[in-house]
Amino acid sequence: MSLWEYANPAKFMRTTDRVLPWLVVSAAICVTGGLVWGFLTPDDYRQGSTVKIVFLHVPAALMAINIWVMMLVASLIWIIRRHHVSALAAKAAAPIGAVMTLIALITGAIWGQPMWGTWWEWDPRLTSFLILFLFYVGYIALWSAIEDPDSAADLTGVVCLVGSVFALLSRYAVLFWNQGLHQGASLSVQSGERMAATYRHPLYLSMIGFGLLFLALVVIRTRTEIRKRRLAALQAQEARA
Amino acid sequence: MIDLGRYAGTVLAAYGVSLLLLVGLIWHSVAANARARRNLERHKTDA
Repeated sequence: MSLWEYANPAKFMRTTDRVLPWLVVSAAICVTGGLVWGFLTPDDYRQGSTVKIVFLHVPAALMAINIWVMMLVASLIWIIRRHHVSALAAKAAAPIGAVMTLIALITGAIWGQPMWGTWWEWDPRLTSFLILFLFYVGYIALWSAIEDPDSAADLTGVVCLVGSVFALLSRYAVLFWNQGLHQGASLSVQSGERMAATYRHPLYLSMIGFGLLFLALVVIRTRTEIRKRRLAALQAQEARA
Repeated sequence: MIDLGRYAGTVLAAYGVSLLLLVGLIWHSVAANARARRNLERHKTDA
C-alpha cells in the first residue's frame, strides 16, 4: 500500500475515523499527565517555582517550529504532486501553530520578567519567534483572502517556503548569535543531558502530549476542511445543473 | 496544597493563559468540525 493513497479524501476520512479516538485519548492522557507531573516537581534552587513554566514553554516552542516544518512538507507535496488533502492539512495546521507560538511567546515573557528583569528583549531567538508568529498570522490571512482554493494553496505554499527561514532561525538563532539573553537548548543529544531527571521526565511526557494534541487537532481540522470543500463542490454542481 | 512561594502569580498566570488558549483552540476545532458535518448532512438530506 502506498502512502499516497491517503491523499484521497475518502480514504483519509475512513482511516482517521478509526485513528482519531485513540489520538484524542492518548493526547489527553499525556498532556494532562505531563502538566500535572510538571506542576508537582520541586522548586529549582535558582529559579524557584518558575521552573514549572518549562513544561508549557518548551513543548509549545518545539511545536511552533515543527508545525511550520510540517506545513512546509505539506505545501511542497501540494506544489509538486497537487494532492488536495496535503494543502488542506497545511491550512488546518496553521491556527494550531499560531496558538503554540503565542503560548511560547507569552509564557516566555511571563517567565522572563522575574528571571531576566524584563518582559521582552530584542534577542535573536525571541525576535525570530515573533516574526514566525507574524508569518503564521499572514499565512492564515492569505488563505481567507483568496477565493479560489487552488490559487490560495499555491500562494500560501510560497509564504510557507519563505517563512521556513524564520522557523529555522527560531531553532538555531542561539547558535548563530551569542549576544542573546535566551539560553541554549535545555535538551541536547550532542551535549548530553543538561537538566535533572526530576524535570526531564515530565518534560518529555509533556512534549509527547503536545505532539499528540497537535496530531489530533490537525486531523479534526483537516476533516473539517474536507467537509467544507465537499459541500462547496456539491453546491457548485447543483448551480451548474 | 502546593506552595509556589513568591512566584505564585507568575506560575499561575503562565498556566492560566496557556490553558485558556489551548481550551479555546480545542473548542474552536471541535465546534467547526461539528458545524461542517451538520451542514454537509443537511445538504445531502435536502438534495
